[in-house]
Amino acid sequence: MPKIKMPRSNPSLDMTPMVDLAFLLVTFFILTASFRNPEPVQVLTPSSTSEKMMPENSVLITISLEGKVFYTISGFDVRKKTLERMADKYKIKFTAKEIEEFGKMTSFGVSMQNLSKFINTEPGQREKFPSTGIPMDSTNNQLSDWIRFGQYEGVVQYKDLKDAAETSGRQVVIEPLRFAIKADGNANFIVVKEVIKTFTDLKIYKFNLLTNFEKGPNE
Amino acid sequence: MAELGEGSGSHAHGKKGPVRAKKQSTRVDMTPMVDLAFLLLTFFVLTSTFSKPKTMEITFPVPPDKNNPPPPMKVNGYTFLLTKDNRVFWYSGEFKDAPKNGLPATTLTEVKFGEDLNKLLLDKNDLVEKAILELKKKRLNKEIEDTTYKRLAVDAKGDPKSPFFVIKADDKAVYRNLIDLIDEFNICNVGKYAVTDIMMSEINLINQATKE
Repeated sequence: MPKIKMPRSNPSLDMTPMVDLAFLLVTFFILTASFRNPEPVQVLTPSSTSEKMMPENSVLITISLEGKVFYTISGFDVRKKTLERMADKYKIKFTAKEIEEFGKMTSFGVSMQNLSKFINTEPGQREKFPSTGIPMDSTNNQLSDWIRFGQYEGVVQYKDLKDAAETSGRQVVIEPLRFAIKADGNANFIVVKEVIKTFTDLKIYKFNLLTNFEKGPNE
Repeated sequence: MAELGEGSGSHAHGKKGPVRAKKQSTRVDMTPMVDLAFLLLTFFVLTSTFSKPKTMEITFPVPPDKNNPPPPMKVNGYTFLLTKDNRVFWYSGEFKDAPKNGLPATTLTEVKFGEDLNKLLLDKNDLVEKAILELKKKRLNKEIEDTTYKRLAVDAKGDPKSPFFVIKADDKAVYRNLIDLIDEFNICNVGKYAVTDIMMSEINLINQATKE
């Protein structure tokens, strides 16, 4: 019986298409990824069936499980200008470097008196910083000032950008400033109400409450 | 690599006459590059989050003017009270401490989150619910446009005959309950609702009810 000779095939196969695809995917993910900014607290938001997107341009108040209040506002320049106004009001001096660093920062939950210490903490260590939350009692309502100055700067910036876009005939890309509250599902309702009261005292009545998406029973 | 040095290799060439450059393979080993590509790919696949957080839009009522107090709650209204342990109580109409005008004093009824609450709301909000269903049917049959549907749906939700819902919470309630309740309102097409401050008499009733 003659031996059956198996045709010897080359064990190496052409991987070019696979590599092409891999690079395509890498490019796609690199371009679409937006890094989540490290926040000083972890907050588990409750879920709802709402499908509205988080507004791009907003004042965001985060309320942690223990009821500490954190603040941030979108926009590098707006943040810096807001801090300058706050520094002016509370008579606390910040160096140019600190203001620059604050522009890059996300949420913070410390009083004006401790803010410079918080800014000078390494970004990686901020989660461990003993944040006490922004004071918002009636005698020392710093949160109210943050919101008020932030709103002012946010509106000014929105107007400037809108005017600039209109005069040059481009489309307006920036959204008007919104107010968002991101609270932990198990946070006490009273704290949320206090924050809302701070807003309503400033005659702001419309909010976006951040939630996780959950599928509704029908549709 | 070693051959490139001044070792025996160059001597050997010297003997053979003209030096000819060694033909080098045009193939580059791409394995490290591909490895890196896959590493990056894995990293981005695992770290990227596609969905931005969703939000729920809500408008809070303007606080009542002291000189101009709001009219008392009409009969066609329901108040939901949130308290500890994810419990919800509700009563209808105006709050009454004691029997008045032949109507009994307010008593609280408990309702469970989920199906019970859903049923209750659908029942109370029957009028709007039916109108919305009707509109949805029309949209499916292409009788009305999407934009028309949206406008009519808003109108239906704001129907003056439809009931009004009020949410109040005591100091033991958690934020999640509020979101769950508002979410349930949205699912049941409740158009008119508001979150307001709780009254002392309501807290007392809740305390009585939760003690049992």
